Amino acid sequence: MSASPRKPQGNTMNRLLTLTMAAAFALLSAAAQALPDIQRWSTEKGAKVLFVAAPELPMVDIRLVFDAGGARDGDQPGVARLTSALLDQGAGGLSADEIARGLEQRGAVLGGGSERDMAWLSLRSLIDPELLEPSLGLFGKVLAHPDFPEQDFARERKRMLIGLQYEKQKPGAIAKKTFYRELYGDHPYASHPAGTEASVKALGVDDLRAFYRRYYVARNATVVIVGALDRAQAEGIASRLADSLPAGEKAPPLPPVEAATEARETFIEHPSTQSHVLMGQPGLRRKDPDYFPLYVGNHILGGSGLVSRISDEIREKRGLAYSAYSYFIPMAQQGPFMLGFQTRNDQRDEALAVLRQTLAEFVEKGPTEKELKAAKNNIVSGFPLRVASNSKISEYLAVIGFYDLPLDYLQRFTGKVEAVTVEQIRDAWQRRIHPQRMVTVVVGGALDDATP
Amino acid sequence: MRGLLALVAGLFASLAWAAPAVHEYQLDNGLKLIVREDHRAPVVVSQVWYKVGSSYEYDGITGISHVLEHMMFKGTKAYPAGEFSRIIADNGGRENAFTSKDYTAYFQTLEKSRLAISFELEADRMRNLVLPEDEFLKEVRVVMEERRMRTEDNPQSLTWEQFNAAAFVSSPYRTPVIGWMTDLESLHIDDLREWYRQWYAPNNATVVVAGDVDPDDVLRLARRYFGPLEPSEIAPPKPRREVRQLGIKRVQVKAPAELPFLMMGYKTPVVLSVDEAEVWEPYALEVLAGVLDGGSGARLASELVRGKAIAASAGAGYNAHDRKRNLFLLTGTPSRGHSVAELEKALREQIDRLKTEPVDDTELARVKAQLRAQKVYEQDSIFYQAMQIGVLETIGLSWRELERYHRGIQAVTPEQLMAVAKKYLIDDHLTVAELVPQPIDPAHPPRRGGGGHVR
Repeated sequence: MSASPRKPQGNTMNRLLTLTMAAAFALLSAAAQALPDIQRWSTEKGAKVLFVAAPELPMVDIRLVFDAGGARDGDQPGVARLTSALLDQGAGGLSADEIARGLEQRGAVLGGGSERDMAWLSLRSLIDPELLEPSLGLFGKVLAHPDFPEQDFARERKRMLIGLQYEKQKPGAIAKKTFYRELYGDHPYASHPAGTEASVKALGVDDLRAFYRRYYVARNATVVIVGALDRAQAEGIASRLADSLPAGEKAPPLPPVEAATEARETFIEHPSTQSHVLMGQPGLRRKDPDYFPLYVGNHILGGSGLVSRISDEIREKRGLAYSAYSYFIPMAQQGPFMLGFQTRNDQRDEALAVLRQTLAEFVEKGPTEKELKAAKNNIVSGFPLRVASNSKISEYLAVIGFYDLPLDYLQRFTGKVEAVTVEQIRDAWQRRIHPQRMVTVVVGGALDDATP
Repeated sequence: MRGLLALVAGLFASLAWAAPAVHEYQLDNGLKLIVREDHRAPVVVSQVWYKVGSSYEYDGITGISHVLEHMMFKGTKAYPAGEFSRIIADNGGRENAFTSKDYTAYFQTLEKSRLAISFELEADRMRNLVLPEDEFLKEVRVVMEERRMRTEDNPQSLTWEQFNAAAFVSSPYRTPVIGWMTDLESLHIDDLREWYRQWYAPNNATVVVAGDVDPDDVLRLARRYFGPLEPSEIAPPKPRREVRQLGIKRVQVKAPAELPFLMMGYKTPVVLSVDEAEVWEPYALEVLAGVLDGGSGARLASELVRGKAIAASAGAGYNAHDRKRNLFLLTGTPSRGHSVAELEKALREQIDRLKTEPVDDTELARVKAQLRAQKVYEQDSIFYQAMQIGVLETIGLSWRELERYHRGIQAVTPEQLMAVAKKYLIDDHLTVAELVPQPIDPAHPPRRGGGGHVR
């Protein structure tokens, strides 16, 4: 389901890589009226539906999210992702070409993917019934009647293997993969959703069919609809799509993540001019009781781009890296807390010492009142930006639905941010984040070969 | 056939639904202001575009526009280094900047009542940048790290850089936006002061505002903050036209990598480089790129990735809205068991077919339908809407080109597609670059080609 961008990219330089990485943001009382009015119901077969009417543009975004990501791979790493990749490669008796062209001739855009927690399928279409109806028909086939043709399976498996090989030439990708493995040990989050060469080679088409039958079921699905439709139309579409699946069973909860007990360091040599450094430990669950003190604290430490402490110390004061950051990825179970940067090989020890020192000091002393006030200002007054388009609203709905967050999650977000105190941040960070027990991964050149 | 007609009518009806209002102004000092109303959310994006980028640079100072973009955050008398970002953050804003071949742009996205903050800060740094040397010495190291990250350690980017340097001779599109490492190493603060003096002035800038705003209010604010700025004498860049290519060019790039990579580029015109009578040519080239790579149902995915399964990935690209003549691009990675040579042959067969066989009506209708729908989808992002206006204005076209472009695309015929393929996609105007993977063996690190630095 991957498509190369139509226009080659990469000749535009951005000053701030980290800004685009900055995760979730927040909200404001004045903006409360601008918040999307979320409607929620269940289909007959038990799929959860979240709908926001957005009448301004004649288009609709539909997304089905399944608890069917790589965390469900079991002893077959890569099976979730390959299943997701095969859905539109032949369905309901139609070939990949027929499906793609049927959608494209109506201007519809099909999307999909699979990460650790979630797998999803999406459709963006104009709402004119002449276009939307047939597109929904094709989307429904991809969703509920994938054929998993043998030949397409063989090809997509090969492409996945090439993708794995491609990652081996990218030091940043090697670092990330190693980091998850070191951090999560035996937990399902340890393995990369793309699997390994051996595990992908071992997959057969029946493994995909079995995975699909188990996890692509109504009770394991959230349907998100944002667009110029009314409630009745949205109900019709949600039922038509989700109820064409068997009811099935919701996936069981994932096992909890074991806490880190000691510091570990891994060095992987790579013929690159820079070293990519990642450091961290298991961090946040989506429904974590410490969510807000950890989230707001990280905003100050390394989550708010160039004005955050880590970037200030490593980039602004010392010129050691283009991007230096920290962030939490909140997941169903504890997602990672990650800190990182890339720098010329001979500077990595200096930068790593600064990173460690910055983290240790933050955990020990917490933020200043002034820093906390600035962070609240940023999160609260920037809230309207987070829900300023249909696609952003769709992403929030997917998160709210998938992680079973309360419907007034967005309404209450800023209030919870405002309520966080310096003491709460210090307390939560000292309980949860242990600078002496970090996993550290370095991928880069041996120092002898470093080109200054 | 009726089905198809109904389909087309449906797409046009959708387009008529919402046509956002655009307002255009010019201040006495030459600053251009364009406001696009979008009242869906209480948010505003403010962008300042300067007519300067790597294609304005000359040998020895490549990358200077991008370094200056970084330095634009390093303070004025009124707002010392770091203040700009701090104030925007305090107001819940997001900000960034980007430099390309043809432009340098700065933007903030804010809750709508805070536009004045953006204007005040942007107006201040348009004329009052301090450019302290100590800040520069740190920041240029940051840019070198950026170059290492994006280019030195990325074999496909290295290939892209060598490919452009081989394809172009006299055109400034030859050099990378981030600059050659050797030029970054010898850059001096005085070079930056001169570059700033030369290009940063209200009469070389376009301010684009999109979002939930009243255009009259925006104009008032613009007059208040940008109005008092003095204009400069701006000497337009020299034409630096690309000399005629007289035969195929081939480059190999050897770098530590796992996978080969192929790039092919044909010299092609752009809207700005053709006469009014030939303006259909760039539009036809856009459609050609769509025939090859407009989605998973298009020819490259259907025939090379699936079908013959020669390519693990394959793409085509063309941009009608560059400032200077550029390239129609084909890129790809062969699938296992196939060579780069086989992939090149398959891509050339695709080009030959475009010259000898008219694209059939269904296929052409599909490409056009996608571009029509895309026009609606684009309106979901105020940032993108502002960006389109900024690019067109800054390269020397008008935002009105957007409408002409869409009309032009819809009017392209199969005969025109064949005509541009025959005229431009020819061997004598072709450059081919191949990434030849070298072993990623830490024990034997290969000599690196990209750094340009002698130890």
